[in-house]
Amino acid sequence: MAIDLLYFAWVREAMGRAGERVTPPATVGTVADLIDWLVARDPAGAAALSDRGRLRAAVDQAFVALDAPIAGAREIALFPPVTGG
Amino acid sequence: MIRILVQQNPIDLAAEMARIEAAEGAGAIATFTGLVRRDADGADGTGGVGTLELEHYPGATEAALTRLAEQAQQRWSLGTATIVHRVGPMTPGERIVFVAAAAPHRAAALEACAYLIDRLKTDAPFWKRETRDGVARWVEARDTDDAAAARWG
Repeated sequence: MAIDLLYFAWVREAMGRAGERVTPPATVGTVADLIDWLVARDPAGAAALSDRGRLRAAVDQAFVALDAPIAGAREIALFPPVTGG
Repeated sequence: MIRILVQQNPIDLAAEMARIEAAEGAGAIATFTGLVRRDADGADGTGGVGTLELEHYPGATEAALTRLAEQAQQRWSLGTATIVHRVGPMTPGERIVFVAAAAPHRAAALEACAYLIDRLKTDAPFWKRETRDGVARWVEARDTDDAAAARWG
């Protein structure tokens, strides 16, 4: 199923785009699986997403841990730890 | 009343305060204002013109701030909870964020205000990028922010 991916801050810069629509294989069951898939896909993904400790995620606009399932997700965002306020 | 604003424009403190004072249940109002720093730890440093740029996750930001304000309103029986956050480019000395909690008495207002800004730091999708001496870098998150947010349970 197609998922809209969004990237923010340095993840966006390293990916070279603000977002994209992807259809990951059925074996991609969690956010961490999705990251692995993007890292293996191309050099931009590898550069942007290899350091898992510096990544945070939101599924359908709610913050989640990287081991969260993505079944049924329509929008997934990947980004660095937040620094507002 | 809950008021959430994510805006490019400067924050008008007088207008926000007038709105809060006019609302029901405002015997005590606690506020927090965050500025773009002017010291060496902040955006302008020495030698270069400093700027700060705030990126956010449209939609998710407003939802996160609304959820925070609702939690604070419920936990401390607030009359009003207000969060106004700037996004886009700004310069040292400008206001980044304004948070206010209005309650019948001061203890609830002060605690709720601290809760709102502590949790905003970790729960709302904003990212700061500062430029010093022509070099831009993304600001790193601080462990102390996580600790401050965690104390509220």
